[in-house]
Amino acid sequence: MIVETHGLRREFRIGRIGRRRTVVAVDGIDLTVAHGEAVGFLGPNGAGKSTTIKMLTGILVPTAGTLRVCDLDPVRSRRELARRIGVVFGQRSQLWWDLPLRESFALLRAIHRVEPAVHRERLDRCVDVLGLAEFLDVPVRQLSLGQRMRGEVTAALLHAPDLLVLDEPTVGLDLVSKERLRLFLQEVNAAGEVTVLLTTHDLADVERLCRRVVVIDHGTVVADDSLAVLRTTFGGARELVVELTAPTPALTGLPGVRGVAVEADGLRQRLAFSPADTTAAALIAAVAARVDLRDVTVVEPSIEDVIRTLYATRTT
Amino acid sequence: MAEGVYRRIVASRVRSQLAYPTSFALDCLAQAIGQALELVVILVVFGRVRSLGGFDREEVLLMYGLAGIAFGLADLAVGQLDDLPRWIRTGEFDVLLARPLGTLTQLATSDLQLRRLGRVAVGLVVLVAVITGAGIEPTPLNLALLVVTPLVGTVLISAIWVATCAVSFWVVDGKEVANAFTYGSSLTTSYPVTVFGPWLRRVFCFAVPSAFVAYFPALALLDRPDPLGLPHALRYASPLVAVVAVAVAALVWRTAVRRYQGAGS
Repeated sequence: MIVETHGLRREFRIGRIGRRRTVVAVDGIDLTVAHGEAVGFLGPNGAGKSTTIKMLTGILVPTAGTLRVCDLDPVRSRRELARRIGVVFGQRSQLWWDLPLRESFALLRAIHRVEPAVHRERLDRCVDVLGLAEFLDVPVRQLSLGQRMRGEVTAALLHAPDLLVLDEPTVGLDLVSKERLRLFLQEVNAAGEVTVLLTTHDLADVERLCRRVVVIDHGTVVADDSLAVLRTTFGGARELVVELTAPTPALTGLPGVRGVAVEADGLRQRLAFSPADTTAAALIAAVAARVDLRDVTVVEPSIEDVIRTLYATRTT
Repeated sequence: MAEGVYRRIVASRVRSQLAYPTSFALDCLAQAIGQALELVVILVVFGRVRSLGGFDREEVLLMYGLAGIAFGLADLAVGQLDDLPRWIRTGEFDVLLARPLGTLTQLATSDLQLRRLGRVAVGLVVLVAVITGAGIEPTPLNLALLVVTPLVGTVLISAIWVATCAVSFWVVDGKEVANAFTYGSSLTTSYPVTVFGPWLRRVFCFAVPSAFVAYFPALALLDRPDPLGLPHALRYASPLVAVVAVAVAALVWRTAVRRYQGAGS
């Protein structure tokens, strides 16, 4: 196991003296992450994601519970752990702001004592795949956010860490930059080189990168499963959207259909169904038997819906 | 090995600052003028009086020179700690903890304001200019003292700086308190402690050891009895005081970082 926590808890004492109160940010998290996994940490603001990440990386001391990362006690062996993991904070830079990327990377090589030849090989690969070549000699403070993030990820990987921890890595990036970063992370993880643990608000990050999703709310794990299972368990209905050749009244009475929404005077109809009741193919056949079809699409429940359902079931 | 890393960080910074020589020269000049203003104050005062706290102009300038170099070098080494409240407030301090290096050295090397050498230059010029006027005997001991004193002073001021800046870990708005000691030390080290009242004098001799930066070593260089009648040995005690100050500062810093991580509160 690369990460192992039991009953991980963190309290913060806030407020002025005399009016102190204790806030529980992380309330008993049990989490195990095996080598080579890609795990997405999902949850609303203030759910305890970042606090958990900070405890895993040795930045914060847990109030209670046990915690091992790379077989180390993160706070006691902070520096040793820092050699074994790579950390990317989306909102903060770990590069030297006034130095060009090239020099930052050279410093990191010295800090992590990487052989020059090995370093060059790893760097060349990142430069190649992430397209860093054009801004390697520009001071970090002059880089765009997208460029900087590519630099950050490279910086976190140059010492070949066992675990890559990303705290909201795609925050503020444009679509193209996000996609580029996701592809790269996917590739690195798929090659089995590094275990990836990422927190995000952007559900697309998780959909693209993580086979396993841990949903956190109010400091506890509310779901920990594969994305597919979460979808079927909590996702509810899928949707068959049918485009018809002529305006038609609502297609009611189809087997397995839970609801019908009519749009464009009946030219387009949305049929909600559960995979447990019927299949998309059977439903399409049933519709085709009644009316002339122009086009059909099957809409998967978005992960937003999955999470929303999760929160709804939790609060009720 | 780690030292090699810091040397590289510093070397990178030097290169990046010297990339714009004109702006660098102007920055240096501005710092030098800042330091020279204090010199003007001393000269103006001596235009009116013959002695200050029992010391004449050359003697006070000797202390000013020694303290100026020490303050400039300390500012160069740990002046970046001034930004500590920002590092804490924005959470950027987390980044330091995620690297396999010490937090204090990372902060110290987070920025290297070479322009602060402008301050050092003024102190150096004044020191050289007053050596003869103040009547310092050119004995080997005095020469050694002249070299060692600014360096020990640098360590002392840096230690004071580190210990007081660590206040920010408890009180995020503690910058004003810290500045009273950090930039205040520029003032309290440059004058003979005899100009202060008895209460402040005790503070600068024994609590915040700024009197050991220039005042006591200057007594040794000038071969003067202490007007306060303090023990003779104190004038050679600066290196020892510096060792203690560094130990205290290291302890304070460690405790402060522990508190930040949530282990000690």
